[in-house]
Amino acid sequence: MIDALISSLSLIFSGPHFLYLLFGVAFGIVIGVLPALGGIAGFSILIPFIYGMDKVSALAMLIGMTAVIPTADTLSSVLMGIPGGSSSQATVVDGFPLTKKGQAARALSASYIASLVGGIFGALFLTAIVIIAKPLILFFGSAELFMLGILGISMVGVLSGSGMAKGILACGAGVLLSTMGTAPATGELRSTFGSFYLYDGIKIAIIGLSAFAIPEICDLLRSNAAIAQKEAGIGRGWFRGVLDVVEHKWLVLRSSVIGVIIGLLPGLGGSASNWISYGHAVQTAKDKSKFGKGDIRGVVGPEAANNANEGGGLIPTLLFGIPGSGSMAVFLGGLTLIGIQPGPNMVGKDLYLTYVCVWSLAIANVVATGAMFFISKPISRLATIPFGLMAPFMIMIIYFAAFQSTFTNNDLYTLIVLGGFCTLLKYFNWPRPAFIVGFVISDTIERYFYQTLQFNGWSFLHKPGVILLAIIILISIYFGNKKASDFQIRKKATQLKSIFSYNVQYIFLGLIYFYFLYVVIDSASLTYLGGIWPLAISASMFMFMTYIIFFNKRMLSDLIYINYSKNEGRDFLISFLWLALPIALSAVFGFLISMIVTFYAILKYKTRASFLKMNLIIIGCLSLLLGLAYSMNLSLPRGLLQSIIKLPWPFG
Amino acid sequence: MFKKTAIIFLAFIYFTTNLFAAEVDFKGKTVKWMVPFAVGGGSDKWARYYGPLLSQNLPGKPNVIIENCPGGGSITCTNQFAALPAGDGLTILGDSGSTKFPFLLEDPRVKYNYNDWLKTVVLVSPTGGSTYVSPSTGYKTTADFQKLKTVELKFGSQGATSLDLIPMIAYEILGLKVKHVFGMTGRGDGRLAFERGDANLDYQTSSAYLKVEETLVKEGKAIPMFSWGIVNPDGSISRDPTFPKLPHFAEYYEQVYKKKPSGPAFDAYKAFLGSGFSAQKMVFLPKGTSPEIVKVYRDAFTKIINSPEHKASDNDEIGKYLQISGNNSEAVLKNTINANPAAKAWLKKYLSDNYQVKF
Repeated sequence: MIDALISSLSLIFSGPHFLYLLFGVAFGIVIGVLPALGGIAGFSILIPFIYGMDKVSALAMLIGMTAVIPTADTLSSVLMGIPGGSSSQATVVDGFPLTKKGQAARALSASYIASLVGGIFGALFLTAIVIIAKPLILFFGSAELFMLGILGISMVGVLSGSGMAKGILACGAGVLLSTMGTAPATGELRSTFGSFYLYDGIKIAIIGLSAFAIPEICDLLRSNAAIAQKEAGIGRGWFRGVLDVVEHKWLVLRSSVIGVIIGLLPGLGGSASNWISYGHAVQTAKDKSKFGKGDIRGVVGPEAANNANEGGGLIPTLLFGIPGSGSMAVFLGGLTLIGIQPGPNMVGKDLYLTYVCVWSLAIANVVATGAMFFISKPISRLATIPFGLMAPFMIMIIYFAAFQSTFTNNDLYTLIVLGGFCTLLKYFNWPRPAFIVGFVISDTIERYFYQTLQFNGWSFLHKPGVILLAIIILISIYFGNKKASDFQIRKKATQLKSIFSYNVQYIFLGLIYFYFLYVVIDSASLTYLGGIWPLAISASMFMFMTYIIFFNKRMLSDLIYINYSKNEGRDFLISFLWLALPIALSAVFGFLISMIVTFYAILKYKTRASFLKMNLIIIGCLSLLLGLAYSMNLSLPRGLLQSIIKLPWPFG
Repeated sequence: MFKKTAIIFLAFIYFTTNLFAAEVDFKGKTVKWMVPFAVGGGSDKWARYYGPLLSQNLPGKPNVIIENCPGGGSITCTNQFAALPAGDGLTILGDSGSTKFPFLLEDPRVKYNYNDWLKTVVLVSPTGGSTYVSPSTGYKTTADFQKLKTVELKFGSQGATSLDLIPMIAYEILGLKVKHVFGMTGRGDGRLAFERGDANLDYQTSSAYLKVEETLVKEGKAIPMFSWGIVNPDGSISRDPTFPKLPHFAEYYEQVYKKKPSGPAFDAYKAFLGSGFSAQKMVFLPKGTSPEIVKVYRDAFTKIINSPEHKASDNDEIGKYLQISGNNSEAVLKNTINANPAAKAWLKKYLSDNYQVKF
């Protein structure tokens, strides 16, 4: 084993392999820094080029790329409030408020160091465990995976803070949105509103963008100020961030453990590890009052976890050929292209290839951390320029990210509808993390509960792994409830600001109420196995809400946020229309034309940029867009116009 | 003199342009290969294997790009392709078994018709699969079959209308008591459930089965039963070339029941085996594409299939199967999509009675 480790290391440094590794790292950083482009997009671009390449070079390049994405995608999560990928959604919750407070430098450096620790931990874990990983993976059957889902959902308590009723309802809405599409047990269509597009359900990437990016941009468009407060800028806390990690070293290590274990188990994915470690950070904190408003622990925990996740995720992929996530599925495709057969041989005659992965992972993490420190300083100044100048770029990149699911306008419609919903959640002070956790965990719970009942019957409750996990869940709930966190910015306000704000919120509640009712009716018509999960959740949510609305006036008043005023509502509507405009235009003229029009409009009305500056910004943005589209062989979403006349690429 | 030269010149122009018009040339062009599945899936890997080879073998060496258009279980994109005009041969589609099943089961969302593509199919790529059972059931050899019939078997399935429909029909014809546990996200999931002991019956497609043979079978943790077999262009079933030692389903049936399988259930098995495995992946040009362009593609694929590089390749998406191009592909397609009505009716009734599938 030691021999294999050393010979793999010297293999990486021989010939051109190391250069390919560095290229992979550089490419991964670019992909990671651009919000929304994640491992899947990165692999899709690289894989056509690896055909016929040397095994070691190709492996080093691919691993180098994927290892650094969770490090690099922090940049947009922290700096702009846009999740850089689905595995850094939780980072936004506390990372972005830190930037707003002028502590971007501290948040970034803490997250890079935490990522480095997580990444190295993942590589070490991979080295040590790969030979004995098989029994470990086999230990986690459907019963244990189901219990992990329950562990995830138990985090909703701490993630909702004092607004418990709101937390439960938001989580319920998340669960039900995730049941949209094909039922895992029967293949029936559930609550798709008759839409063909919703057949595959809603993608997690779109939920992440809707929950964080859209509300933040709405906010920023409204204030039209720089992201970071002017006087504070991005701060000078680069060293402070390093100290933060040292101070919270045990949290970072525990989160790394969470990351590798969730990575190791096929079926949970990077988003779950990010959120569960975030929940863990909140639960174990003595003072929970700052979470959601810029607590550094909410950054270092999830960031260590998502890097560690990569090391863990390689194990089922290499050993069983079972990808634990979407990007690992693409990676697996790449492996077969270069003639690597995943399977037991990866710990047998091809062990050296596994250790090439280990070293690439470790080296990539080190190189990326250095590189990110180097490039973050200039890039983070972006946070200090007026938002009007940033807006075109951010809108373009978010929409580009959103249509990665099917490459049509349908993705954009989904984004704007859900984005509108989540913006209201934000304005009316509902806990969005609870909503996302519901969405992320729902499938795990439903799928594995059903499977374990079929395989083991109720006796699954006696399995040692299940009992162990049940104890962990009880402990975590106990710690979580010792002192509730407060995600809500509760100012003392005793009088209502306007009747209007109440009415709007009642309408909003009504919409949620009717959505629950719709799912009740829809799932009642399905077969038992296909409908039971959404039916159980929607019915209990519906009853809970009925109880609140008609019988418990005190809880009902808890659901209404009093600090919301009519002016805010109007401002919100206007900035939301700014976001909806490009989508409407894209429906008619296609994506490219829509972007050009939107850019001129925003720059003209929201900034005082000179004509030259406007054009430079637009040309820069569009060349980035077209460059990406070209290298990924994409056609941009088409509109009505393109269905009437044939236009050349990139217009058609 | 001038007149003569002019005539010769015009004649020359006329003949050369005609010559070039007859000859399809894709020089400097880009061929778009639509794959209605996500990046990294089986169909995507398959297309990415063939893409560069196709580029090398088409006249003028066009650039071949793979465009993934996933969604709606591959129906959305295939519908779009079906609506394309005949065109210039610069757009092709690669389908899979899960594109054909909804067509065969007359799913109302399907707007494509495989009969339109009989003249424009240019490649057929088969695959296969084999099933195995856990020794914990008491099954060691074929002689234990009667005992196996009394055991409750558990099988991790991807869904009643997925590719796992084929094992479902096979077990049903054999009269095995199988509980299909749905919701597996791939065959790998099924194998994990089997290795954990949650399931005691499983199957894998060819390349993955070879690995099962190397490990589980060798360690005595899995007992091979039979392969699905390969449906030939004439409708008969023969042994799978990847596992020549394993009996195929019909042989196995004959061994344990001492008679040949027949009836609508067996017809349904053959029809779905054909579209799900034996002719799983196909490449089409849009309907009505000119025969010249179709011929160029068929020739290109024939050249690829016969090249030494392809034969030496150990690409597990392609396996040891004979790839079919040329006019044969038409016969295979015809065979695959024309399931007899009685077989279809049997299957629909079976699925709606036992698994509440609605049609």
